[in-house]
Amino acid sequence: MSERVAVRKTYKLFIGGKFPRSESGRSYPVQNSNVALASRKDLRDAVVAARAAVKAWSGTTAYNRGQVLYRVAEMLEGRREQFVALGEPADEVDAAIDRWVWYAGWSDKLPQVYGGANPVAGPYFNLSAPEPTGVVGIVAPAQPSLLGLVSVVAPAIVTGNTAVVLASEERPLAPVTLAEVLATSDLPGGVVNLLTGRIAETAPHLAAHMDVNALDLTGVADGELARTLEEAAAANLKRVLRPSSPDWTADPGTRRMTAFLETKTVWHPKGV
Amino acid sequence: MALFEYAPAPESRSVVDIKPSYGLFINGEFVDPTDGGALKSINPASEEVLAEVAEAGAGDVDRAVRAARAAYEKVWGPMPGRDRAKYLFRIARLIQERGRELAVLESLDNGKPIRESRDVDIPLVAAYFFYYAGWADKLPYAGFGSDPRPLGVAGQVIPWNFPLLMLAWKIAPALAAGNTVVLKPAETTPLTALLFAEICQQAELPAGVVNIVTGAGDTGRAVVTHPGVDKVAFTGSTEVGRGIAKAIAGTRKKLTLELGGKAANIVFDDAPIDQAVEGIVNGIFFNQGHVCCAGSRLLVQESVYDAVLESLKRRMARLRVGDPLDKNIDIGAINSAAQLERIRTLSEIGAQEGAERWSPPCELPDRGFWFAPTIFTGVSQAHRIAREEIFGPVLSVLTFRTPAEAVEKANNTPYGLSAGVWTDKGSRILWMADRLRAGVVWANTFNKFDPTSPFGGYKESGYGREGGRHGLEAYLDV
Repeated sequence: MSERVAVRKTYKLFIGGKFPRSESGRSYPVQNSNVALASRKDLRDAVVAARAAVKAWSGTTAYNRGQVLYRVAEMLEGRREQFVALGEPADEVDAAIDRWVWYAGWSDKLPQVYGGANPVAGPYFNLSAPEPTGVVGIVAPAQPSLLGLVSVVAPAIVTGNTAVVLASEERPLAPVTLAEVLATSDLPGGVVNLLTGRIAETAPHLAAHMDVNALDLTGVADGELARTLEEAAAANLKRVLRPSSPDWTADPGTRRMTAFLETKTVWHPKGV
Repeated sequence: MALFEYAPAPESRSVVDIKPSYGLFINGEFVDPTDGGALKSINPASEEVLAEVAEAGAGDVDRAVRAARAAYEKVWGPMPGRDRAKYLFRIARLIQERGRELAVLESLDNGKPIRESRDVDIPLVAAYFFYYAGWADKLPYAGFGSDPRPLGVAGQVIPWNFPLLMLAWKIAPALAAGNTVVLKPAETTPLTALLFAEICQQAELPAGVVNIVTGAGDTGRAVVTHPGVDKVAFTGSTEVGRGIAKAIAGTRKKLTLELGGKAANIVFDDAPIDQAVEGIVNGIFFNQGHVCCAGSRLLVQESVYDAVLESLKRRMARLRVGDPLDKNIDIGAINSAAQLERIRTLSEIGAQEGAERWSPPCELPDRGFWFAPTIFTGVSQAHRIAREEIFGPVLSVLTFRTPAEAVEKANNTPYGLSAGVWTDKGSRILWMADRLRAGVVWANTFNKFDPTSPFGGYKESGYGREGGRHGLEAYLDV
């Protein structure tokens, strides 16, 4: 009896809830697989998808967004072994699952911690509340490719932003597999768009794109590249989170959420 | 009379499996009472006995408190918030999964319309667990210091009007903060709490973290006065709340009370009348008026009095009273014979004191406890029906001329749980809200609840808040 021949997976992009190949028809060999090599056009398509998803996702109640993120944790838990098989350390996979749970709980709490009534000196009601900034471009950390990716994506979207993410160039298999988790987690298409390929090729277009509102440069290791990206981001005053390599297992705090929020303050007179 | 004929649309009972008798839920298991008796829980819509339920004696309560103490010290207290969160998320999910079963059981045991248990009570129960689950690993961010500590064992006594929802308001924040609990459900509505105990087992919640002791007043007293209890939370009547405050005086126990109300629902002449009438109806007839924050005093600006009353009566004539399991029913059964008696007595006093009573023509079932939706007009502030909580589908209507008079009358009560304001003018809403001595002010809406929103009263409606970030304070040593 012959041994069964395995069916191999094609690692593609994740744009608008679908898994297209690169429009350029290119791929690159990495981790013993061929993975889609995203082009500038793919990136622009991803931004269009992210922008289109902003209205519905930011208008979804915080309660529902929390439920969706929790559902991601449920789906990821079920695929735990798959990520371990891709070479992700088991404790990091566990931490990535728990991180979705952590951020799921923030959806309806951040406005309570980060907003509130302002006692202005006059007969006015005055309330400040956070709102999502819009489309966030993210360069995910190269390592750890799953935990690092989850740690930058979850805080950006839990508050109602949508994201265009450039995944780890050296270890894209776990990120693409995470996209498959997101695609089956009630997350609306376009909320997270994930591109694989050369960071140096795609990141400048992301940084310069005029329909992107914010830029998370956490995964940009090259200081010179980071500086040029930040410069490009200045064109439409993108909110920029500079590169860093934090301890990904530590309590992440609220910084990654608040970096991509606007504060809206409403005044209203009081009187009969 | 009827515009439309409705065919019966009963929700099936087959989704629930009620056992003939239930024990106490102590240390993760159902056990027989050692020094208590038994109670019968009945369906108030038919007076049929649903199940026999244990009545916990002082010894049983002591066992429950010891189990809660042991679980607090050995398991739940030391457990990282991240893991407590996961148990609470599991419970939230199980409540969502078993939502229909819980809704039907709640309507059977309580008498509330299935439309409300299915669309309001049970979804909110899941939402409260979901919300507080998320707090369990974020307590340092809640504004109570960098490392807020739990209190220990919480003794909780809840009422019969929203049996499972009140359980959620008590248990979810207590567990999120790291406490363990001994909870006593109301004697007339224990069944969903016992099903919740099964859900705790299904979620593999560590034994002793949640203990449910069924019983009546004596059991509640034993829970509240037990020396091993660190925190007492009570929702119910102001009279019993006062007794609890007295009973724990001089102890170290932390106390929160959510008590009665006599909310004013204030309608200004610029309010959209149809919308306001829907709000008035929802405010007083939701859950048969068994709502502590019910809008039981309607204050109407004189210039629109006739229009509002005419519209209100027309709307009330369309309310359907009957089988709680029927999906087209608006008003279900009064929860108990005793409560029905109280509503009848106060209504008779209202008529004797000179107010004019009106109910739409309304056929009530022969068996069970029923009371037609009722309004009293010509009510003065001195009337007992304007001062005392009736806790039934009875609305007292008063009038006012100026905003200042509306505030004066609204605040002229020992209670201060909620208030409603209906006007097109935003600045007036905020002006009113500043002056109303009430814990919740609804503007152009009424009876809205959300896990993120604090709820609780001023004055003799109690103290402390449930829900929201503020709701954590009751269960933290701060």
